[in-house]
Amino acid sequence: MSVLVVVEHDRGILAEASLEAFAFARSIAEQLGEPVDALLIGADAAGLAAVCAAHGANAVHHASIAGDSVGDYGPEAYGMVVASLAALLSPSGIVASGTDRGNEVLAQAAAELDLPFVANCVSVKIDDEWDLTRVQWGGSLNEEARLASRLPIVSVAHHAVEAEEVSAGATATITEHIVELPEWVSRSVIQDRVVLSEGLTLATAPVVIGGGRGVGSAEGFKVLETLAERLGGVVGCSRAVTNNGWRPHSDQVGQTGTRIAPQLYIACGISGAIQHWVGAKAAKKILAINIDPAANMVVKADYAVIGDLFEVLPAIEHG
Amino acid sequence: MRVLVCVKRVPAPGAKINITDDGQSVDATNLGHTMSPHEECGLELAVQLVEAHGGESHVLTLGVAEADEQCRWAASIGINKATLVDVGTQGWDPQRTASAMTDAIRAIEAVDGGFDVMIFGNESADTGGFQVGIRVARALGRPMVNAIKGVNISAGIDGDDAVLEAQRETDSGMEVYKLPMPCAIGVKEGITWPRYPTMRGRLASKKLAVDVTASDAAPGGQTMVRLNRPEEQVSETIILGEGAAAAPAVIELLKELGLWSEGNSKQEVGA
Repeated sequence: MSVLVVVEHDRGILAEASLEAFAFARSIAEQLGEPVDALLIGADAAGLAAVCAAHGANAVHHASIAGDSVGDYGPEAYGMVVASLAALLSPSGIVASGTDRGNEVLAQAAAELDLPFVANCVSVKIDDEWDLTRVQWGGSLNEEARLASRLPIVSVAHHAVEAEEVSAGATATITEHIVELPEWVSRSVIQDRVVLSEGLTLATAPVVIGGGRGVGSAEGFKVLETLAERLGGVVGCSRAVTNNGWRPHSDQVGQTGTRIAPQLYIACGISGAIQHWVGAKAAKKILAINIDPAANMVVKADYAVIGDLFEVLPAIEHG
Repeated sequence: MRVLVCVKRVPAPGAKINITDDGQSVDATNLGHTMSPHEECGLELAVQLVEAHGGESHVLTLGVAEADEQCRWAASIGINKATLVDVGTQGWDPQRTASAMTDAIRAIEAVDGGFDVMIFGNESADTGGFQVGIRVARALGRPMVNAIKGVNISAGIDGDDAVLEAQRETDSGMEVYKLPMPCAIGVKEGITWPRYPTMRGRLASKKLAVDVTASDAAPGGQTMVRLNRPEEQVSETIILGEGAAAAPAVIELLKELGLWSEGNSKQEVGA
């Protein structure tokens, strides 16, 4: 028996969040006294065995889908592969990252297997059953949940645990599997891609400069853009800003926008409502710039400047 | 075309979410109720699809009797019909919820005809289980993709080649799926721009006949024990200064974090 990590990747490029899934799986495996194994799905994932081993995988299962009707991703197809490998390998638990894809694939697998699936966990304690702590309200509340299942299927909340390379240079045994899937799974596979942005994004930028209601207008974001350019970062915003039509929704940081985790988040004129805070709190450091010293964002930030962002930002930019 | 939207009634919290003394729910005293922004955008999408292609839209919710309010909100922006599965609580687990909603959809479709598109929010605003829509779609044998930020129906809605083109946002762009209808999607905020109810819409919503049903779905394997507030990282905020005079302290911080390079400042480039 082992704890099986479903490794997320995009055409062979590892999703960093998968490394958190390994860390979470190790915490489960230690309690069970079992090893961690990895499941790589898709022909293009073969090259990821080494990083799986470095993050604690004992055995790597590489599943290729028979035929070429599935391309490089489909939620139903991947869910069926997980269900199929679960039947073959009988793991003690299945873990993936709590990302769009991770949660989607596990939900598909759980639906196929008619088993519970607990999304976005932060810790597990195992007695007879699994006692899980998971996030609600995008991370504003924790839920203690009890899971009764012959095969626990869980995802780990993004940024809830630290990835750690525990066995640098280790090698894992690799087992190849060819999985036959029913033809219908090809109905929900990626048919095409549209590349919108090359380079830095909210999710990858080392510094994000966010603007809220206090920026006052679409034009007001110019000072944020100028500083972002100076620092090699990108501009984000709060929900109030997208609701006012000042920025596109793709710039929104928050529970229903992008979750960010930059080295530094500079929150300008943002009050810090829960919706926004839960998307920003994984930043390593937060600097709030606000005229109101009692604003929620100022109180929760690591650093603050009390003042008008239209005076503070240009002063920083000019050095 | 026939479009279903599933929504969940949730409290509308402000800057802090309080928990009841027994730890079983969010303390909604003095709070209004709403639904996830994802679902608000889903309702708007349903109205737009019916405006473009004709047909009928239907909202489905499961929970307490008061979720009637969310059904009427949906009607006020143009949703045609509503079903409320009254289970007396907002606390059903994801498997049980999905099972009850699957039954409810089967019952609606048996009377009114099949839905071409079922729309769910990507996840609920409160419990965030990330699975109810997927379970329902699987049970009904329909393709489903989550995290959808754009849709397009170009080939028409009738015939075997009726396809919903669904775009899913990733870090660098969009993945495009072509789902044969009938199908299901989980949508994210931003897919549409929800309209506000008109006075006429509000009046019409008062006359909406909400079909209230019950469910005997069996519980699933996940049980909530209680809610907790996560330990806040108590960080004393370091005030770097006031106004423009704080700039040097901010630059020091940027240098400490390795985010400041002298070489690319604008003055030097211009010199």
